[in-house]
Amino acid sequence: MTPRAVITGIGIVCASGIGVDTYWKTALSGETRIGRITQFDPSRYDTTLAGEVEGFGAAEHMPSRFVVQTDRWTHLAFCAAGQALADAGIDPEALDPYDMSVALASGSGGNAFGQRELQHLWSSSSRTVGAYQSIAWFYAATVGQLSIRHGMKGPSVVLVSESAGGLDSFAHAARLVRRGTPVVLAGGTEAPLSPYALTCQQHNHAMTSRTDPAHAYCPFDVDADGYVPGEGGAVFVVEDLDHALARGAPVIYGEIAGAAATFDGRPSRRRGGFDVEQYARAMTTALHRAGRRPEDVDVVFPDALGLPAADRDESAALRAAFGSASPVVTTQKPLVGRLYQGGAALDAATALLAMRHDLLPPAGVRTPAPGCDLNFVAEVTPTPVTTAMINARGFDGFNASVVLHRYQQEEK
Amino acid sequence: MSGHRRVVVTGVGVVAPGGVTREAFWSAVTAGRTATRRITLFDASPFRSRVAAECDFDPAAAGLTPRQVRRSDRYIQFAMAAAAEAVTDSGLVFDEPTANATGVTMGTAVGGTTALETEYVVASDSGQQWLVDPDYASPFLYQALMPSSLAADVGCQFGAHGPAQVVSTGCTSGIDAIGYGYQLVADGEVEVMIAGASDSPISPVTLASFDAIKATSPDDSDPEHASRPFDRDRRGFILGEGGAVLVLEELEHARRRGAHIYCEVAGFATRSNAFHMTGLRPDGVEMARAISDALAQGRLAPTTVSYINAHGSGTKQNDRHETAAFKRALGEHAYQVPVSSIKSMVGHSLGAIGAIEMAACALAIEHGVVPPTANWANRDPECDLDYTPNTAREHKVDVALSVGSGFGGFQSAMVFRAPNGLPAAEGAGKRKAGVGR
Repeated sequence: MTPRAVITGIGIVCASGIGVDTYWKTALSGETRIGRITQFDPSRYDTTLAGEVEGFGAAEHMPSRFVVQTDRWTHLAFCAAGQALADAGIDPEALDPYDMSVALASGSGGNAFGQRELQHLWSSSSRTVGAYQSIAWFYAATVGQLSIRHGMKGPSVVLVSESAGGLDSFAHAARLVRRGTPVVLAGGTEAPLSPYALTCQQHNHAMTSRTDPAHAYCPFDVDADGYVPGEGGAVFVVEDLDHALARGAPVIYGEIAGAAATFDGRPSRRRGGFDVEQYARAMTTALHRAGRRPEDVDVVFPDALGLPAADRDESAALRAAFGSASPVVTTQKPLVGRLYQGGAALDAATALLAMRHDLLPPAGVRTPAPGCDLNFVAEVTPTPVTTAMINARGFDGFNASVVLHRYQQEEK
Repeated sequence: MSGHRRVVVTGVGVVAPGGVTREAFWSAVTAGRTATRRITLFDASPFRSRVAAECDFDPAAAGLTPRQVRRSDRYIQFAMAAAAEAVTDSGLVFDEPTANATGVTMGTAVGGTTALETEYVVASDSGQQWLVDPDYASPFLYQALMPSSLAADVGCQFGAHGPAQVVSTGCTSGIDAIGYGYQLVADGEVEVMIAGASDSPISPVTLASFDAIKATSPDDSDPEHASRPFDRDRRGFILGEGGAVLVLEELEHARRRGAHIYCEVAGFATRSNAFHMTGLRPDGVEMARAISDALAQGRLAPTTVSYINAHGSGTKQNDRHETAAFKRALGEHAYQVPVSSIKSMVGHSLGAIGAIEMAACALAIEHGVVPPTANWANRDPECDLDYTPNTAREHKVDVALSVGSGFGGFQSAMVFRAPNGLPAAEGAGKRKAGVGR
């Protein structure tokens, strides 16, 4: 029988702070944790707000030799991965190294580290960089370091599809489990807040320039004006169900029931419009692979870019995939910012926590924009959550959808 | 469904130093012609390593439009040219059902860092400002920041609607991207994958990064012979650039349309050494595990391997490490198989080279020729296999093994098998076999 992939550990680090509990509290309260950027003076940039992880001390989450070799993006991933392993009750040293893999998504790499080294290279006459530049900036740094830290020798990979990457990582983790690796770290983090990285992001014309944190990032709302970037993400232990049961895993949060990815095949229109049909096809295919019907879905976590055209197209894609089933929709991205590939991973964490607590956190959409009249969660709603869909869009044309299902013993 | 579908290679496209089309590349590497030279892309005199293998690439000649050139970093231009060649070679036509069943998986190690550095120098006024000035930045910087642009731009070339991803595992990105694409076709998620890799890392920051850890060769006394894999006097790798793309296709899909089949993907596996970001233990255990797993997937005994396309970067530790891995995985048979490293001629293009090497394996099977390891002169007691020194060899290749090893500890292996036993497709054998001279 094909192995089933379940989630047995969750680790979160984002603007709400460190850990699952602080994040879940923030999600239920609906209070934004976005604020003015403090890591540098943002005055000269169009976007001055972000979701920062305040007071993050890397040394608390990793041995010091790893701290100096890596960027904040990797520090955040170590923090989340450590939580996930502890949550799952897994001591990597007790497992066969070849039975563990790291399959995280990656986004823009080690930004602040890279900028410091570029500055050194170009401002000094010696034309040199430090010894760790070659291993800190590139996109595989986090996965490589995590494999070393936890002694994981199984098939590892680094997937990049901008903000859809977090879900592609889930899909690949399930694929690795099916192909025989029982324990896989999945998800992703991002640290997009160096001055140069922010400059690069400014050129996608999708971030808001508003300065009031409470009214900055308003997806699906009449006030939608773009997104606010954020740092952090989520890392998971994805595990072969039989392996989890055999070792008595403390919690089985849910099962990766189905996943799919599609691609627009043409560049997006400026300020956000995209291919509704292909986005809907990702959702429909994920549902089909999960063996679920649209009416089985208890909640959908959308991409929620926060640009009017993108929000309208996303609403249209949901209608196309769900027909008359009109799903319940919620998003907490506005509370912590858009974390790129870390964002869809965080949405998956929210979905699993909603299943665990049978509670839906609110979406915070005040006045839906025309064309965005979805069935948004207005306030914390106690309700059985059995099946959740997480959707994500990556610039420029990536679509991904994952269906998570509550683990039910009788199905085995 | 999993694992029972067979996956074949039906198109090959290459942009490599010394040969910016498939035929030119094959002719150069089978002639043993090296493409390493003193760096011309910028003034490399301040750096420790000043030699690289550069592509003489003309985007207009490769069919790129002025807008594509303006928008795309050099590594994306390589990829688009190689993808166009591979897709044309495959004869695929992307009608709607085919486009929906076609995905893209592209590897890159450093993505848009060359463009990021160029733009950084302007926006920061040569590193004078930490708070760089956005008014001096290119409108295409976001594409440079996010390496996923590589898969996006290749996907848009053909209007592909299947899953699109970049795989970025450092120097194994190319082999891992093709391996990922192979798994998607084998698992039945798609029928076709446009799979390859591209990198254009010859830039000041990349040179400085490798200088800092002395990974690249400092010897510029004889640039044409600077890359010396498996030779006793090797002094490090020589940076390269380029891209290659393969069209991977489900066997029946390829047969139905009478496609030419280069070879079958028999297996792919990757392991991590979980040891060190740049260091390798000399025993090659993890790479040997990857090789054994890839062969087992294709139900191939180690003794069936008829060619090994080595990682052969030319660093002291790499060449010793992988020689040990070949012996560990293949036993005594390792001494009977021709091994070669084309990095001796085209340099080490980081994430791209794995795809270029898989293209070389497909062409070795197609033509019955093994390209040589150029610049081999002196035997290293720890590297005692048959490295096909300096001259290409006519040799029937039924099973080709290629490996990659990279920063982050990734060790990957892929096995291609000749299309023996597959029904003859229309056009099979239309290509002239031959050794470039």
